[in-house]
Amino acid sequence: MTDALLLESMEITRVRHETRDTFTFDLDARPRGGFRFAPGQFNMLYAFGLGEVPISISGDPLKPAVLTHTIRAVGPTTRGLEALKKGDGVGVRGPFGTPWPVDEAQGKDVIVVAGGIGLAPLRPAIYSMLSRRQAFGKLCIAYGARTPADILYEKEIERWRGRIDVDLEVTVDRGDPDWRGHTGVVTKLLRRFELTPESTVALLCGPEVMMRFASRELEGLGVPSARIYVSMERNMKCGVGSCGHCQLGPSFVCKDGPVYPLTKAEPLMGIREL
Amino acid sequence: MNPESLARSLAQHPFCKDLTQGQNEFLAGCAKNARYEAGEYLVREGSLAESLFLVRAGSVAIESHIPGKGAVKVDTLAPGDILGWSVLLPPFRWHLDARALEPTLVFALDANCLRGKVQADHGFGYAFTLRLLAAASERLTHARLQQLDVYKAELG
Repeated sequence: MTDALLLESMEITRVRHETRDTFTFDLDARPRGGFRFAPGQFNMLYAFGLGEVPISISGDPLKPAVLTHTIRAVGPTTRGLEALKKGDGVGVRGPFGTPWPVDEAQGKDVIVVAGGIGLAPLRPAIYSMLSRRQAFGKLCIAYGARTPADILYEKEIERWRGRIDVDLEVTVDRGDPDWRGHTGVVTKLLRRFELTPESTVALLCGPEVMMRFASRELEGLGVPSARIYVSMERNMKCGVGSCGHCQLGPSFVCKDGPVYPLTKAEPLMGIREL
Repeated sequence: MNPESLARSLAQHPFCKDLTQGQNEFLAGCAKNARYEAGEYLVREGSLAESLFLVRAGSVAIESHIPGKGAVKVDTLAPGDILGWSVLLPPFRWHLDARALEPTLVFALDANCLRGKVQADHGFGYAFTLRLLAAASERLTHARLQQLDVYKAELG
């Protein structure tokens, strides 16, 4: 990163529609010599003429030639990004924020708990752990989506599920007659994994209320709160802790987060005015 | 399976794990093993609640039939889960359907026998009801989170 406030135009090389409102962009990072980031970090993406939004990087950190983001189209800017196609340009600033503690998790069991589009910021951490799988204990992934049609990265999930060194469970809040998997909230899956709780690292990303419920469940299973990490979301604007839009108590989510240990995030999550 | 080995197997189920050996033997008098094939119903909505089920293997969908939509799944039970506090609560009728999603093994506890034992031995009845309450509380917590529909509300 040369200048955190300097916008760089990158070309879209591929667009994939993941669900009815979520899509994934690949951007060509080769002209700039690759884009290096740590799992959990995000970029500010600019839809020219519309505005800028913070979007987590969802690609493989070991493939710096391609910069990948998965985006849910929910507002004018993300809908503007959705309308772009291969060959169009997107403004990029970043990477910003704190990463998942992947290195710290080495030698320990890891449980990844994702809800909805929360799987996107966790995917780089999963790639990173799979690339050196033997460095970790058990790798468990619990993923919850709203309905079967809202499940992200379906083919990839099937590949992960097929590995003998990954224990993966998917659940949906609302099943349909054709759905043969779990129905119910993602927190319900957690006690089904055979982990060594006292030496487990948990990585959580999803709606804040889901992370509150999931972290309580994990603590109840014996996972130390100091080893539970959550990714917070606030109204990020500048990305460098200057503008104050994403202030969360004494910290700025864009600079001090988005990944926080639960011991830091929980007291802030409990303050309703924040 | 003879009563002694049934009691030992029951004691391995998370629902019974903390019951005393005597309580598990007492409970085993109401229990039998049962197997359901994929697609087979354990219970149907409105029918008499004749058994409480402890899931040992497989998975069970809890469903409600909505006209025009068919069977809508509201929950899935896995090994360690229980099905059926309706057996202790009047009018002793099932509120939802339960269908095996794959070959499923359960302990089926006979409702009449269970009600009799809960009445006959209040110590056992208290321990048993406390476990039912814990299971119900957990199910309620999950249902409340499900009700919040958090993935719909999230911002992109």
